[in-house]
Amino acid sequence: MEFLSDIASLINSTLRISTPLVFAAMAGIFAERSGVIDFSLEGKMLMAAFVAAVGSYYLGNPWLGLLLAIIVCVCLSMLHGFASVTHKGDQVVSCVAINILIIGLTTALAAAWFGQAGLTPTLNEDQRFLEIHLPFADALRDIPVIGTLYSDILSGHYVFVYLAYLSVPLVFWIVFKTSFGLRLRAVGENPSAVDTAGINVFTMRYKALAINGVLIAFAGAHLSTAVNANFFREMSAGRGYLALAAMIFGKWHPKTALIACLLFGFTDALQIRLQGVELPAIGEIPVQLIQALPYILTVVLLAGFVGKAIAPNAIGQPYIKER
Amino acid sequence: MSNIVVDKSKVPWWVSNVIVPLVNLSLALLVSGLFVFIAGENPIEAVKLIIYGSFGYIQGFAYTLYYTTNFIFTGLAFAVAFHCRLFNIGGEGQAYIGGLGVFLVAINLSFLPVPIVWLLAIFGAFLFGAAWAYIPAYLQSKRGSHVVITTIMFNFIASSLMIFLLVDVIRDTNQMAPHTVKLPEEIWLPSFEAFSGILGIKIRYSPLNLTFLLAIASLFFVWFLVWKTKWGYEMRAVGHNTQAAIYAGISPHKNIIIAMCISGGLAGLLGVNEILGVSHKIQAGFPAGYGFTGIAVALMGRNHPIGILPAAFLFGILYQGGSEVTFEMPNITRYMFVAVQGLIILFSGALENLFRPQIESFIVRRLNREVNV
Repeated sequence: MEFLSDIASLINSTLRISTPLVFAAMAGIFAERSGVIDFSLEGKMLMAAFVAAVGSYYLGNPWLGLLLAIIVCVCLSMLHGFASVTHKGDQVVSCVAINILIIGLTTALAAAWFGQAGLTPTLNEDQRFLEIHLPFADALRDIPVIGTLYSDILSGHYVFVYLAYLSVPLVFWIVFKTSFGLRLRAVGENPSAVDTAGINVFTMRYKALAINGVLIAFAGAHLSTAVNANFFREMSAGRGYLALAAMIFGKWHPKTALIACLLFGFTDALQIRLQGVELPAIGEIPVQLIQALPYILTVVLLAGFVGKAIAPNAIGQPYIKER
Repeated sequence: MSNIVVDKSKVPWWVSNVIVPLVNLSLALLVSGLFVFIAGENPIEAVKLIIYGSFGYIQGFAYTLYYTTNFIFTGLAFAVAFHCRLFNIGGEGQAYIGGLGVFLVAINLSFLPVPIVWLLAIFGAFLFGAAWAYIPAYLQSKRGSHVVITTIMFNFIASSLMIFLLVDVIRDTNQMAPHTVKLPEEIWLPSFEAFSGILGIKIRYSPLNLTFLLAIASLFFVWFLVWKTKWGYEMRAVGHNTQAAIYAGISPHKNIIIAMCISGGLAGLLGVNEILGVSHKIQAGFPAGYGFTGIAVALMGRNHPIGILPAAFLFGILYQGGSEVTFEMPNITRYMFVAVQGLIILFSGALENLFRPQIESFIVRRLNREVNV
């Protein structure tokens, strides 16, 4: 039974740790399917975390903090669009600029406003999201298998965890089953054909970026107002890049991207478990090398040991309408 | 978006290489001023402090040149890879590993006479930095894994690896903090105060050292390599149009590897300045963001050594003057200057065409009028 509850808690933390990755990967799918590279997921996630934490601290309600984070992230996505869609600037440069700008700005403003090096004040229970305990979770806990599955794995998560996994079928439906999704994918594959059909390529890309901003805001708010009760410096810790790698590994497809996100989440959950544990034959692995596991896994996955990933055809190219 | 069409051949060279970059830089600095204002300080006072801090006294100026040295290396590193259309944003990790190279060579060969051990240490820095860039380069060219993600991951991995080495393997066991022992004093690079002592100027301390000359030499090296050799030509051809390059018999694989290795090696040279020149030991996290600043330096300098030198100097001013600001203004931390870098990358990189058509057509019209009158 000890073993079973260990597994249950490992799955539980996998679901929690994967949450921001899932949101970010879904956000990435919208941008990249429309033909716009989005390395700025990292920066936007960090900004969302900062705005959500500051917003709920001043407004006293985490939902208002989330709303502010959504507004700011959509603005950042629009900035990316303004630079790379309207002005045809280099998309990767625009993303790198946004990421560096946000790392500096969040930390500098936190220090200026709250006087601590890159920290925002700790949120109390009213100002942050709390774990949701599903009905009858306590009553059902003692039933074998179902109890573990329902009470220990499914129940007791933050609202974002449920939203993240619900967003995956929703994104799948939008991208692959609606006419909007068809246009979105077409804009990323062959923009001039879409233009010929009378659809505005620029508007489509801006719409995709707006959805991207909304989704990434959830990832940031999850970090600073749910799992943690404040913002701290560079708290996104490369998650935006991990999510992007998961998305590429998942071939720009929600379902396979979800699996890759869960794999990253699992590695991270395992990594926390493995610290200080003596493994048979190998002995204790140095903690720094264990912490590097998710990053090494990213490189390995991207190296494509499961076949080459094919990106949307028009990705990274600004659309130039011929005159 | 804009409907202004300008005949490119009529635009003088100084418009796109001097005027437009200066306008973009001013925009970035204007927005930075706004951020300083939001943080609750006076931007004009901040500018005064920056100028005083970086030029106002000889020690401050020496610090400015010391930072310039680092930015020349990381700026060149980004620029070389960029000419092959590769975004090497792993300068941070390559510099970190380059530092390991300097230290290992210097500590093991410190019995050799001075100029030789210096040369070998510089070589070690270049080699280690290049090796760290080799893997992302290989994965980019053979497996198509995007170099931006892999180099960022390699920054994280380098940081973990170095902390592991500093804590468990090469730590100075007499100290609690994770850093190595100091190198023997005989092989330290001569510092600026030694020179100025000969000239009769007395200054307390400055981190500026002989590496500055190595940085200047690197500018010439990159100019020669990229614009005057076959390698450089092939590298630019691959960056400009890979398909055409393949038809011309140029191997993209070979050139991606070469460009990234030279780029990583240049970033690694930062270790020469920091370890052989300044701290004489490896400290945890010594690249301190210089690798990322290199991106801004290169983009501002339009990826050309002639542009990178003033851009690196400008960032030297911002860093040194910035530390004066953070000292005097409690609401400004050094992270404000990270945000400024982001803005400079945004305005001189991604948004470089924001006002270009307007500026070009304005100047072309002006010139035409002069000719007609």
